[in-house]
Amino acid sequence: MKILSCENVSIYYDDVKAIQNITFDVDEGEYVCILGENGSGKSTLIRGILGLEKLESGEIKFLNGTNKNQIGYLPQQTIVQKNFPASVFEVVLSGFLNNKGFKPFYNKKEKELAIQNMKKVEIEDLKNTSYKELSGGQQQRVLLARALCSSKKLLVLDEPITGLDPVITNKMYKLIKDLNKQGMTIIMVSHDIHFAIKNASKIIHIKNKLIFNGTAQEYEKSDIGKTFLGGCNHG
Amino acid sequence: MANLFNDLFSYEFIIRAIIVGGLVALCAALLGVSLVLKRYSMIGDGLSHVAFGALSVAVACNLTPLYVAIPVVIIAAFALLKISDNSKIKSDAAIGLISTVSIAIGVIVIALSKGMNTDLYSYMFGSILAMTDVDVILSIVLSICVLVIFILFYNKIFAVTFDENFTKATGTKAGVFNLILSILTAITIVIGMRIMGTMLISSLIIFPSLTAMRVCKTFKTVVITSGIVSVICLFFGIVLSYVFSVPTGACIVLTNAIMFLIFSIFKR
Repeated sequence: MKILSCENVSIYYDDVKAIQNITFDVDEGEYVCILGENGSGKSTLIRGILGLEKLESGEIKFLNGTNKNQIGYLPQQTIVQKNFPASVFEVVLSGFLNNKGFKPFYNKKEKELAIQNMKKVEIEDLKNTSYKELSGGQQQRVLLARALCSSKKLLVLDEPITGLDPVITNKMYKLIKDLNKQGMTIIMVSHDIHFAIKNASKIIHIKNKLIFNGTAQEYEKSDIGKTFLGGCNHG
Repeated sequence: MANLFNDLFSYEFIIRAIIVGGLVALCAALLGVSLVLKRYSMIGDGLSHVAFGALSVAVACNLTPLYVAIPVVIIAAFALLKISDNSKIKSDAAIGLISTVSIAIGVIVIALSKGMNTDLYSYMFGSILAMTDVDVILSIVLSICVLVIFILFYNKIFAVTFDENFTKATGTKAGVFNLILSILTAITIVIGMRIMGTMLISSLIIFPSLTAMRVCKTFKTVVITSGIVSVICLFFGIVLSYVFSVPTGACIVLTNAIMFLIFSIFKR
């Protein structure tokens, strides 16, 4: 069942054509990896899907009863956030806001769920620590826990493992994979091509335009996949 | 000391100033945390200049100043937020443009009517003597509204302050909460101008939250500390102003500055 469709999507920044004429679909339960080099428009595409960028042309639609308050999003961090006075718990809880409507305060169930999600990313002991005193990797995990709180159906991750050490990286990948097995649809921007081939069910490779859209196995066999895999090995 | 406070509280205008000022200081401090963290500190300054322009027009046309200033400043606040959202003019530049144009309009209108009278002077530099009964009641009602709305939307204001993109991306209407924030700020500034003056009101927004952020680590403690610090500074500012017979707004800025220094030392 299709939950997202992008049709001929183009996004320009002034005169820079960040992405052009990209078309693809996402089915429920898929694990989609968006690959591409730096500056290829991966994050722009993600931001377009989430409604954070104005589309120059084309259309992005959520289908079959999917709407935005079922989405969890792990953005790349901004500079403002890094020095923000907020406790870890405050940040994680804010993930629930998209389903609260006009109710002003968090209830007990939400607080418990928040703690569960913090346990999943192993930050429960940082609950009352200030966000700005955490390392980059810890901050990343706090934002992931927040994304878990807001996602019911679709989890969108923009370079989720930036700043994480290898042990935690593997744990995060496993967590994301487990969520996917439980039925969560995943869209992830990544540099880690080997990981992508191993775990993703669909690969989308862009270089401002769409240059590959298919399964991981197909990607491995394709010319573009071979070049990119080779490049990464040597790099 | 006891005598001083006895004297102080025997003047009705001082009690009024403490009540209205305390409420405004509290509102400004709470909103200030969000504004400072969003890098909108200077919006307060810009809006107070817009309010000055609006007030001078109101006085020239013989209208009640607050009735004219509040809607005009709300529109300006909304415009400033919009501009900083999606324009090629950066928000600091936009604030510079809007505030100077407003002052220019204000000054021209004053010159064309009857020249700088005491009422306008009091808006420029603040005066606790200037408040009428209507002003006092209106100010109290509005500040209580601001406080209640702030508390009801506290979690949402936190979310749009911390990460506006996330709130937008996950289906919360961030624009609505930005609008609420700007309306609350506009109201607070217009009310606070009577005591603080156009030139000094933005300190009520910026100082307390920066002071609180010296020592506090979580959003809630920053907000609460900021509110308490602000009210304390306002009170001692008024006391100082009474003791030395110097302008109130300026004294409040100085007590805030002293508090900021104390907190900065305490942090080490």
